[in-house]
Amino acid sequence: MSDSLQRTPLYDLNLELGAKMVPFAGFEMPIQFPAGLMAEHLHTREKAGLFDVSHMGQIRIAAKSGDVKDAAAALETLVPADYVGLAAGRQRYGLLTNDEGGILDDLMVANMGHDLLVVVNAGCKVQDADRIEKALSDRCVVTRQFDRGLMALQGPAAEAALVPLCPAVKNMRFMDVIETELATATGPVKVTVSRSGYTGEDGFEIGCAGADSEKVARAILAQPDVLPIGLGARDSLRLEAGLCLYGNDIDVTTTPVEASLGWAIQKARREGGSREGGYPGAEVVLKQTRDGVSRKRVGLLAEGRAPVRAGAKLFADAEGQKEIGVVTSGAFGPSVKAPVAMGYVASDHAALDTPVFAELRGKYVPLHVRAMPFVAPGFKR
Amino acid sequence: MTTYYTKSHEWIRVDGGQATVGITTHASEELGELVFVEAKDEGTEVAAGDAAAVVESVKAASDIYAPVAGTLAGFNEALSDDPTLVGRDAEGEGWIFRMTVSNPDDLKGLLTAEQYKSL
Repeated sequence: MSDSLQRTPLYDLNLELGAKMVPFAGFEMPIQFPAGLMAEHLHTREKAGLFDVSHMGQIRIAAKSGDVKDAAAALETLVPADYVGLAAGRQRYGLLTNDEGGILDDLMVANMGHDLLVVVNAGCKVQDADRIEKALSDRCVVTRQFDRGLMALQGPAAEAALVPLCPAVKNMRFMDVIETELATATGPVKVTVSRSGYTGEDGFEIGCAGADSEKVARAILAQPDVLPIGLGARDSLRLEAGLCLYGNDIDVTTTPVEASLGWAIQKARREGGSREGGYPGAEVVLKQTRDGVSRKRVGLLAEGRAPVRAGAKLFADAEGQKEIGVVTSGAFGPSVKAPVAMGYVASDHAALDTPVFAELRGKYVPLHVRAMPFVAPGFKR
Repeated sequence: MTTYYTKSHEWIRVDGGQATVGITTHASEELGELVFVEAKDEGTEVAAGDAAAVVESVKAASDIYAPVAGTLAGFNEALSDDPTLVGRDAEGEGWIFRMTVSNPDDLKGLLTAEQYKSL
């Protein structure tokens, strides 16, 4: 594998656990462990899985005034979410937009009380940090913490696995964030824990110093019901949960409205809200929200067993006469036990239960527009 | 009955002019559990190296090539209901399609079991 690929702090442990490593967003990452994609996916839905997501970027934003609300207000100039209204100890999803309203990245922002903790995608992290630093440096100190570890513990057994190591997580609700300590074989280490993830299951995301990552991972893996899970299963889990993969389902050519991510723009930032607009591309997004869009991201379920993959063209008819869109993510869903997909279709074909046809090896496979998520969420509200 | 192999990890078992084709155990292990298998229609004429079937794992779709020229003569319908049969018995019950071989001499260009193992 190329020397230019970066390694996460869990690289050695991943190899020790038998991971098959692949290049992903400039990192050597585990695509699967010996259990295999299917078993890893199902184990996460039934018990608990630990994912190395240290390739993602952690960025801290502190206001020079010392008031976290000032950092939140500054970040709102780049992201159409309500972060001024985000309480301390809470986390919220958001989107970095460009001047055309296109999506530069999706991210998680946590109010840590004294500053903001932002988690961005691996492939975008340098560009994101540059953008945030450039726009905010007059008011904020932006710190890249790209050497930190980050892991996600996901599944219905996640709480039972984490509480013995980290009792404070017991009372957390979905999207709560705390700073606490986690017990390892050589003593407690400092961690940030959010009750969140990207699988549709209950679970936690645990950030720690790079040097502590392996200790933290080993402590969690030693708990009953926890298996290491690779990126392959992470992809099928997030797809069943209806969650976007940046670069596939959303990118600079898609807007939040087209991507059906309008829920990530809270009331205060919408038309008539107390802080309406005020982010790059706001005119485009506000207009699209008001007037509608020509295409929308939708969930798609196939009738047959043939998985429809990313890139497949979508048609209104079984003869391939009228092209209406494209699949952006598609795979066999191990929990749904059927092919699952999402993609963009012309808005007049986006209503639930509309039949569409995907081109697959010269044939036209029937699908229907269906509600996402495809599996019931397990979040602890 | 003789079984030949290809560098692209198919096996072909020949009995007179009729042959059965599948993927090797090694290929099956590399692909992981299959979720879908489909062959081209019976009667389709194929040249050596033409895609004659497709197998899909959770990860990706992979073409299965005709080892030699011939005519497709039926799909293993058991795989429509249970594609995981390939993973359990890739070189037996998990066969994928049957074909008639146009020119039996073409088989001489394929690999023997020993040659395939030493790849």
